[in-house]
Amino acid sequence: MSVAPTKLVCQAVWKLFGSGAERYLSAHAEPSDNELKQAGLVCAVRNVGLDVHEGEIFVIMGLSGSGKSTLVRCMSRLIEPTAGEILFNGENLLKANAKRMIEIRRHQMGMVFQHFALLPHLTVLGNVAFPLEIQGIDRARREARAAEMIELVGLAGREGFFPRELSGGQQQRVGIARSLAVEPELWFLDEPFSALDPLIRREMQDEFMRLQSVLKKTIVFITHDIDEAIRLADRIAIMKDGHVVQIGTPEEIVMAPADDYVAEFTRNVVKAKVIRVGSVMTELPGRPPNGGWGGDIAAAATIAETAPLFTDAVDTLRVLNEDGAPVGALRRTDVVDVMMRS
Amino acid sequence: MSAPAAAPLDVASRTGIRSGWGAMHALWAAALVLFAVLWLFAEPIAGWAFEYPKAAQIPLQRWIGNAMRWLVEDASFGLFTFTDLTRFIAAIIDFPYRIALGALSTGLLSGQGSDAVQILPPLPWIAVMAILGLIGHYAGGWRLAALVVACFGFIALFGQWTNAMVTLASILIAVPLGVVGGLLIGIAGYRWRWLEKVIVPVLDLMQTIPVFAYLVPILFLFGFGPTAAVVATIIYALPPMTRVTMLALKGVASEVLDLGHMVGCTRRQMTWRVMVPSALPGLMVGVNQVIMLSLNMVIIASMIGAGGLGFEVLAALRRLDIGTGIEAGLAIVALAIALDRLSHAVADRGLAPKHAEAEPTSLLARYPYVTAALGIVIVSGIAGLAIGAVQTFPAALTLSTGSFWEEVVRWINVNFFDQIEAFKNVLLLNVLIPFKRFLLGLPWLGVVGLLALAGWTLGGIRLAALVGALAFLIAATGQWEKAMVTVYLCSISVIIAGALGFLIGIVTADRERLWKVVRVIIDTLQTLPSFVYLMPAVMLFRVGDFTAMIAVVAYAIAPAIRYTVHGLREVDPHLIEAGTAVGSTKRQILTKIRIKLALPEIMLGINQTIMLALSMLVITALVGTRDLGQEVYIALTKADTGRGLVAGLSVAFIAIIADRLISAGAAHVRAGLGLQR
Repeated sequence: MSVAPTKLVCQAVWKLFGSGAERYLSAHAEPSDNELKQAGLVCAVRNVGLDVHEGEIFVIMGLSGSGKSTLVRCMSRLIEPTAGEILFNGENLLKANAKRMIEIRRHQMGMVFQHFALLPHLTVLGNVAFPLEIQGIDRARREARAAEMIELVGLAGREGFFPRELSGGQQQRVGIARSLAVEPELWFLDEPFSALDPLIRREMQDEFMRLQSVLKKTIVFITHDIDEAIRLADRIAIMKDGHVVQIGTPEEIVMAPADDYVAEFTRNVVKAKVIRVGSVMTELPGRPPNGGWGGDIAAAATIAETAPLFTDAVDTLRVLNEDGAPVGALRRTDVVDVMMRS
Repeated sequence: MSAPAAAPLDVASRTGIRSGWGAMHALWAAALVLFAVLWLFAEPIAGWAFEYPKAAQIPLQRWIGNAMRWLVEDASFGLFTFTDLTRFIAAIIDFPYRIALGALSTGLLSGQGSDAVQILPPLPWIAVMAILGLIGHYAGGWRLAALVVACFGFIALFGQWTNAMVTLASILIAVPLGVVGGLLIGIAGYRWRWLEKVIVPVLDLMQTIPVFAYLVPILFLFGFGPTAAVVATIIYALPPMTRVTMLALKGVASEVLDLGHMVGCTRRQMTWRVMVPSALPGLMVGVNQVIMLSLNMVIIASMIGAGGLGFEVLAALRRLDIGTGIEAGLAIVALAIALDRLSHAVADRGLAPKHAEAEPTSLLARYPYVTAALGIVIVSGIAGLAIGAVQTFPAALTLSTGSFWEEVVRWINVNFFDQIEAFKNVLLLNVLIPFKRFLLGLPWLGVVGLLALAGWTLGGIRLAALVGALAFLIAATGQWEKAMVTVYLCSISVIIAGALGFLIGIVTADRERLWKVVRVIIDTLQTLPSFVYLMPAVMLFRVGDFTAMIAVVAYAIAPAIRYTVHGLREVDPHLIEAGTAVGSTKRQILTKIRIKLALPEIMLGINQTIMLALSMLVITALVGTRDLGQEVYIALTKADTGRGLVAGLSVAFIAIIADRLISAGAAHVRAGLGLQR
């Protein structure tokens, strides 16, 4: 896999709450939970290192209290990390002064919030135009841009509505439109769909994927829902008690959970929907199997997608790589194996 | 002189005390024995424990007096003196006030004083009424418009129009200044934590200290007149706005704050574009409070020259003209109702705007209300020049109930004089006077000690220190005797109001229809200006402690009823069900379950009753009590700042002691019942 340049790097990021946290941490390099407790400190983020590549959807997954929200706020410096480095385009954000931070947030970052955080006194148009208004862009230009964004998220015609007149899903569309209005390079989504009911959540996930296929942003996406993480992520970081337990593609996480905690998480995931053909195919045989190839399938397809292709007459599929060259064979038994695992 | 919010409970410091209940009983017994010994036998040896020695008094009065004199005569900030500052503030208030007064009452004048020539008449009454009706229609439709017009119609009908306009003019100036001032202080308190720590106790004190007390320094600094009255009104009405602002800003969701940071708001943008708009619904509550409190101040402000309806009530009180007094008092109520509903409706409308329709092009269609108002002003203004009845409400149409009320009082006095007198004397001789003697005979040292012990029992060392120190300060500033008179009148009134309120509450709590009637009555009682209570009391019982007590009971009974009913109704229905299931009779359910569980709530009601009683007591100084209220009132007439403030602070201290002890007690009871808030 070709690696895109990194957009955001977290290096040994710590966040401790409590008085004297900074002093304590510089004196004790790697304090244990018990030591911290004795010092009267609460550890929200513990020695986190990760990089987010340009154009990828990087999902941070964890239960409530795992520190994921704190971590994403450290990345944008809404919360000041106790120690570590946050490199954004190579620039250490923790060294940036207040003016520079305002500059970066105004033009290069966008954020979507769990409870939407819409301003009640502004219309949909006003809310979406708000970040531009803060920048001092004149009314005609900011409203034109805002109207474009509203169109993009499918709310055209609702410009004059107030947030309270919209459903939850519509409100979050406004939140998304607002965060995109400044054309951010780095897009934070903090549990954007958690407050929505399951049907709407599904619809919003589809909408999000559609938007991303057009926009190709670099995304940090927070969720507590493993299915959502697997569905959307290019890579997932799983957090527990403030530290990152495992980072990997959804397939890696499902196939090779780093520990019992991760395994427990992925236990109920339908494996066939995650595991790709390339991971279970067998070596390409010298000659076509008995009865011939049942058909061709891409190596990147999920096992679930192949299932309908195995009719009574078909026993083996030929696997093609991205360039269309045959690279392996997928047998019915392999597929059944995977299906049985979940 | 408002009803202060119940102070936050200091529960944390109480932990660890509950374990030693047996020891606590012993301690109390010892303390009471000690107190009795001190009280009964110590007077010949330790007179200083009974009467605070003059030599050791803290000369707070003189200090304050000197400080004020220094402020007015010598204080300077380099470029300008303190007097320049007060003149500057006065000018800021005076200028818009003149305009408002001119538009509503005096007309545009040229020249000064009695030589003034009217260039333009004020707005005709029809125009004022129509404009208020239009605002009502804009904010709340036809029903609100009708209500507002009816309220002002009532005012006109009883011949209070001119007075009401003077009052309205000062309200129109005081409210925006109070709102903006309170908002700014609140924002500052939100932004700087240390400032909040300074502000909150000051607000607590301002809401418990009787207004009379700070009328004196205002009088000293701003002189007699409407400007001083507006200043007093603002100072009185501002604390709740500040409180509400800090609360509302703290209530803004953290995500919204994050949003503000993420879109790169500067500090100023954060405050004005994100925080304040998001907190708007909460802030509007504060605005409404400011309006209502400004109207509460109308009568008191007229003591330092506000004029208008307040002056009318005050003058009627002095003449014992019950009809005019009640009419002017009701006119204040009408004004309060109209402004209250208008402000609520405007707030609701402003907060729930309909989405923009296509913008109409013609001026008339775009601003229908503004153009209609302008039209009315012009038409009625011109018509008013020709037809007197348009300009001023025709005197021939006004009503007065004065003779009716006089007849009623005369009839009562003629037919029931002996009974009333007998009732009064029995109570006076058997209850009031003995109780007063008892309290005055107590050694201050012992009382301070017992209060501190009560504080320690209920709230730990901090409460003990606070209560003890405040009680000691009352003695040390030479206010003990007057304070005891205040305590005596207050406690008798509270006991009566509390007992009556409790009974009425029990009777009405389960009877929905009766409760509706009672609620309307106590709502009215609470909106009536406190001065109005004095008049019938004085006319029936003449001046003195008894009259004061009647007025205080009438004024302070409302919260006792309200909290009792509320407490009884809020009892968890499951518990009542459980009670019924084990076969309790109705009476058993009431006494063994409901009243017990409602006790904390009822105690808070008593707390409110005490606060209202104290605020009313100051006003009853007008009918000749000899307590701290009288002291403040005398200071006001003599413009003696030190005397007024010291007496006022003593009232505030009594209020704080009562409030903290009762709140802590209620928390204790609640913890004992296993109830959590």
